[in-house]
Amino acid sequence: MSMYRAHVLVCKGTGCTASGSPSVFSAFKEELAKRKLDNEVMLVETGCHGMCEMGPIVVIYPEGAFYCRVTAEDVPEIVEEHLYKGRIVERLLYTIPTDMTKVPHYKDIPFYSKQHRIVLKNCGYINPDHIEEYIARDGYQALAKALTQMSPEEVLEEVKRSGLRGRGGAGFPTGLKWEFARKAAGDKKYIICNADEGDPGAFMDRSVLEGDPHAVIEGMLLGAYAIGADEGYIYCRAEYPLAIKRLKNAISQAEEYGLLGNNIMDTDFSFHLHVKEGAGAFVCGEETALMASIEGKRGMPRPRPPFPAQAGLWGKPTNINNVETWANVPQIILNGADWYSSIGTETSKGTKVFALTGKVKNTGLIEVPMGITIREIVFELGGGILGDKEFKAVQIGGPSGGCLTKEHLDLPVDYESLTGAGAIMGSGGLVVMDEDTCMVDVAKFFLEFTQRESCGKCVPCREGTKQMLLLLEKITNGEGTMEDLNTLEELAHMVKRMSLCGLGQTAPNPVLTTLKYFRHEYEAHIKDKKCPAKVCTALITYNIDSEKCRKCGLCAKNCPVDCISGDRQTPYKIDQERCIKCGTCLEVCPFNAVYKD
Amino acid sequence: MPKITSLEDLRKIKEQARDLTAARSGGKVKIIIGMGTCGIAAGAREIMTAVLEELDKRGLRDVVVETTGCIGMCQKEPLLDVIRPGEPRITYGNVRVEDVPMIIAEHVVNGRVVEEKVVGRTE
Repeated sequence: MSMYRAHVLVCKGTGCTASGSPSVFSAFKEELAKRKLDNEVMLVETGCHGMCEMGPIVVIYPEGAFYCRVTAEDVPEIVEEHLYKGRIVERLLYTIPTDMTKVPHYKDIPFYSKQHRIVLKNCGYINPDHIEEYIARDGYQALAKALTQMSPEEVLEEVKRSGLRGRGGAGFPTGLKWEFARKAAGDKKYIICNADEGDPGAFMDRSVLEGDPHAVIEGMLLGAYAIGADEGYIYCRAEYPLAIKRLKNAISQAEEYGLLGNNIMDTDFSFHLHVKEGAGAFVCGEETALMASIEGKRGMPRPRPPFPAQAGLWGKPTNINNVETWANVPQIILNGADWYSSIGTETSKGTKVFALTGKVKNTGLIEVPMGITIREIVFELGGGILGDKEFKAVQIGGPSGGCLTKEHLDLPVDYESLTGAGAIMGSGGLVVMDEDTCMVDVAKFFLEFTQRESCGKCVPCREGTKQMLLLLEKITNGEGTMEDLNTLEELAHMVKRMSLCGLGQTAPNPVLTTLKYFRHEYEAHIKDKKCPAKVCTALITYNIDSEKCRKCGLCAKNCPVDCISGDRQTPYKIDQERCIKCGTCLEVCPFNAVYKD
Repeated sequence: MPKITSLEDLRKIKEQARDLTAARSGGKVKIIIGMGTCGIAAGAREIMTAVLEELDKRGLRDVVVETTGCIGMCQKEPLLDVIRPGEPRITYGNVRVEDVPMIIAEHVVNGRVVEEKVVGRTE
């Protein structure tokens, strides 16, 4: 029988796979067969739904019931109650953290109802390994429309008019970029998809590649048609094995249908697409370094000009866009530039996908219209701060971005506003921090990352980030001076101004923004030798409040270096000389008698 | 696999592929089968199979089939509801497997309620 009355969608994105969705999937398979429902209930694996916090996620249609944190043990109950008897399993539904109500339907969950999904429209909805499911959702319609009804110039014009800007970070107008490559002299041209996503905590591109690989392929086909390229590369890091597997599968399916290869859809247009696996160097996200890596050379940037549009891959005119940018293109061609430019703000059109992480209740992947405020993202989509603590800052744009504070909560998220405040849109990492976060420590964390990832080609980046890091370590160790703070700031400006590529030019951003908005925290580390958030271990001590202490001895028993002394008569005390500040005593004390100072 | 060479080819595949995702996008007409203990005991499973077979035979892809629990009219089970958009919800009672093709042909396809089997009507 080919009529399926219900569909069970099990998320097989990286997040849900890690939390156990493969065993849920096989449990469904077994249970459906046992109940003889396998002929009328279709079991589908999908890409990421974005709400990884709640994974493994299972969505059952036609009702659209959204089940969270499903385990293999829950499966017999879901099959029996929901699929057999038609009763929704309430206990597994999503609960709104603010009022503890259960939400039966996918679309009613605040996390989703605030979103506007263009790029993520198919993620979590289709089986990414079946090209037919993509086609059923208007897939390759934009390509067919372009090839049969539009000239390459018209496709280019449509993208230009849509106002789409590069989603990789800098926000360069995509149509204009395409035009440079189109106008460049040469009969051989390349296009590249930059899928070298490397920011700590960012997984937007990975989810698109895993959940809807054909959207990226179709976008690249449209770009190639507009530019006049016949060959393309998707540069994806080898740490994304699932994305690579799905991409390769999608490419071979598109080839079988004649949607990739020679004479696509019986026209003169030919396009060949390859996947190039990168070794995971952060610098290879920079376009010139990325191209060097594809050519088989060491991934290092080179000065521009010449820009890739003039002399790119193997010296030929090349156009590079990021995964999310490409995935927007089919929708623009299909629905028109006017539709697209009606979403967003005056200068930033469309939507942006963010990886929302850190101290918020709902972490995950969100796609929101440009112009939404940070407050809406953190408190409505994110559901507020974990444990209802105080919001302190949000790091936007990853290690190249900056920290924004409470006063920026009502800032609209668009390219200009963020740049004006010292952050950048970046590829879309969004790390939320609460009152327990030390901003100096955060700056150090991101700088450690960029310093390690610096390729070493230019002196300002190689030496500058190293010296900055040493200064930050000195400050967090309580050995910094006010003079160091000035040197740090001076170095930061120097590295920003003089570095060869984007990595160095943006690496000081976390330091500069925290210095601008949280200077008092730096000064507290230097002048008072105190870490206000009580994070930097060199500046805190663990102590026992003798009034609260019930002399149970748990702390002493658990101390790994035996530096706590006391007995039933004498209050327990920590020997500061020998304490390694591991925090074990604080964790084990049942009376909250241990405190940080 | 045949190559896609025109918009027409693509439409054809889209048409065929629609039943892959149809249940996910929500159809126009809904059939709801009572699948409480009473319904199952009265033979609702067989009704379900018959409904799915009939829909498949007729190639009806825009119909959503759902199950529901006991609604208290156990003596009239198996119960089968048909909801057409903008029309009242019609409940058929004591449905037998041989009634299914008629209900689908008359009511689901042509919009004519099979009066002799109706046991309830909800606006």
